[in-house]
Amino acid sequence: MSFDRRAFEAKGYLVVPGFVDLHTHLREPGFEDSETIETGRRAALRGGFTTICAMPNTEPAIDSPGLLKELLGRGYGVNGARVHFVAAITRGRKGRELADMVELADAGAVAFSDDGSPVEDARLFRSALEYARASGRPIIEHAQDLALSAKGVMHEGAVSARLGLPGMPAAAEEAAVARDLALAKLAGARLHLTHLSTAGSVELVRRAKADGALVTCDVTPHHLAMTDEWVAGSRAFAWETEERAPRGAPFDSSTKVNPPLRTGADVRALWAGLEDRTVDAIATDHAPHASVKKDVEFDQAAFGISGLETALALVLGGVRAGWAPLETVIDALTSGPARALGIDRPKGDWVVIDRDAEWMPRAAELASKGKNTPLIGRTLIGRVVATVVGEEVRYEGAVHAAEAVSRR
Amino acid sequence: MSASKPGVAGAAGGGAPGRGSDLRKLVAGRRPGVKWIRRHVLDTDDWSREEIETVLDQTRAMVEILSRPIRRAPPLRGRTVILFFAEVSTRTRVSFELAAKALSADVVNITATGSSVEKGESLLDTVRTLQALGGDVVVIRHGSSGAPYFVAERTESAVINAGDGWHAHPTQGLLDAYTLREAVGELGGKRVVIVGDILHSRVARSDINTLVPLGARVTLSGPPTLIPVAWRCGEVPAGVTYEPELDRALDGADAVIALRLQRERQESGLLPSVREYSRVWGLSEERVARMRPGAPVMHPGPMNEGIEIDAAVAHGSRSLIEKQVANGVAVRMALLYLLAAGVGGPDGAGLPNPIEKRG
Repeated sequence: MSFDRRAFEAKGYLVVPGFVDLHTHLREPGFEDSETIETGRRAALRGGFTTICAMPNTEPAIDSPGLLKELLGRGYGVNGARVHFVAAITRGRKGRELADMVELADAGAVAFSDDGSPVEDARLFRSALEYARASGRPIIEHAQDLALSAKGVMHEGAVSARLGLPGMPAAAEEAAVARDLALAKLAGARLHLTHLSTAGSVELVRRAKADGALVTCDVTPHHLAMTDEWVAGSRAFAWETEERAPRGAPFDSSTKVNPPLRTGADVRALWAGLEDRTVDAIATDHAPHASVKKDVEFDQAAFGISGLETALALVLGGVRAGWAPLETVIDALTSGPARALGIDRPKGDWVVIDRDAEWMPRAAELASKGKNTPLIGRTLIGRVVATVVGEEVRYEGAVHAAEAVSRR
Repeated sequence: MSASKPGVAGAAGGGAPGRGSDLRKLVAGRRPGVKWIRRHVLDTDDWSREEIETVLDQTRAMVEILSRPIRRAPPLRGRTVILFFAEVSTRTRVSFELAAKALSADVVNITATGSSVEKGESLLDTVRTLQALGGDVVVIRHGSSGAPYFVAERTESAVINAGDGWHAHPTQGLLDAYTLREAVGELGGKRVVIVGDILHSRVARSDINTLVPLGARVTLSGPPTLIPVAWRCGEVPAGVTYEPELDRALDGADAVIALRLQRERQESGLLPSVREYSRVWGLSEERVARMRPGAPVMHPGPMNEGIEIDAAVAHGSRSLIEKQVANGVAVRMALLYLLAAGVGGPDGAGLPNPIEKRG
């Protein structure tokens, strides 16, 4: 069905360019019980994302031009988002030898990342940055000092102290951000820092940008909306008061994510970063997991939140609270990530938004195989009505039907 | 506890162990207006002072039962208590077992050694098995913080947390409160020092969550690496302070609780040496003399004598350590009674789980 923009606008819906997610986990090949490329692409459309970038922490890792070409050459269903692939920085993502970065870039890698396993060896990371510069593709870096975060399973602070859970200090991220910025400056390379979660990290990037560094960064919807109190059972968004919000069970593994949910002050700093454009993009870090990885003790559970389908509602919540203008947030979902990746946004990709629609995510209704989100059963405001790829409506939600019911 | 006190037993139970109603009479009416609504005992962090008092009053009644010639009362006859210990523990397990048996419950043990837990069965599988077995109460000890919540969300049984990771050990907190109050009276305005590895201690967390609501102030002392950073830097819980220097913490204190020091802390870089720890934060006779005269010394056990506590202190006149063990049985009886005796009866039937479930 071709897209009739005016018909949607006449109903009072907002029409903006399709969202670009520069950080998505599609789990294929290797972990198809958690997600497949097809289910991930469908989940993306439901969330308003028309372009997504799949991370290479698959099995095998996307570290060879052969595998990358195979993935790019597959025929994909029409009811899904466009897919780019991020290639690994090091062979097998083991942090020891560089992958064939020039050939990977030639084969179509949109960026390089060892996401989840940051390159610890600073000299090797410097080499990676030099090669990334030569290839014209950015490095997407998950900044984390692994020795400092150690066995932490949540943010280290008052809540972890109360719950008796091992913490990851904010400094584990900030120390790595500082190192990465120094190395990027040395190499003169473009560096993208992904899912920054602390006030200190944002401040480091702000100063580096003021000094003219070629650095960009993103934050996730969950870090913009939730705090470490969620691990203790809070379900109050950062802009809500505890009394007016529902409560969940403490130690719910759906709140376990890396980087961890931080404090309210960190959340405010991320929004301030968005507002002054220190933060270039909002990226989901969509991390679907099969229930066997999550339905276990908190400290045994896998890290990650399934985020594609709830991203829009979370960021609109902050907009409604007045924490950043709508235009800034839409830019961070569209032009911002495209600039960070150095790609052109495809023409004819649109998303139709009902800013006021109330809805409740239900596990069975998520297109993603990953039902691991603490938002199941939580009322959200703001929903994707339709998603358009290449001027074709590829997804149309049930909002119309719901509306019809409520008006009867 | 001996046959030489028949009068006590007679006063409460009518001589020989009587019907459950005797016990219920003994308990009911002690605090009119206070109702027990908890389905589980997972953590005392959200308990009111009244709820804590209810358990302590109930404990007093149980101490009385334990002093009878035949230490057994019938209120949990026909009820099953499953002791699921996924982490090795002798003292707490035996204490719960004695408590359950003193109330005539049937007791089933599932321990880590020799069970499918060791063969890599998931906690979810174990919970399904527990659910199928249909115990009225599941007592769980687990190495992962929060595991009792996981079980409580997925079973119909009442769940008692017998210690989870670094998180909580509610029965220890309650027995410490009971023991301390027996020794020093009302806790309002009293200052209790907890010294040692606070960071990894579920006992410390539960002691704080039980003693502070009863009016006590708690001073934490120990090496900086073993105190949660938030509690050292201004985000300390209400009623709690941190004093790194043990001598200053002990000056004029009303009681001290020493925690067990795991030797692994030295290897993991959190301590220069166990020897240094012992000199700086160990309880010696001179040190404990800084407290108020006669102020008691407690330890949750098992002790490393000569490391966190000198033998002379552990076994000296101030020590309440053996009383803690004895009272532990009574506290656990009290909780088992409150949770299980009312199931299906007028006390607790149909009352909602205080942990709200997600839709």
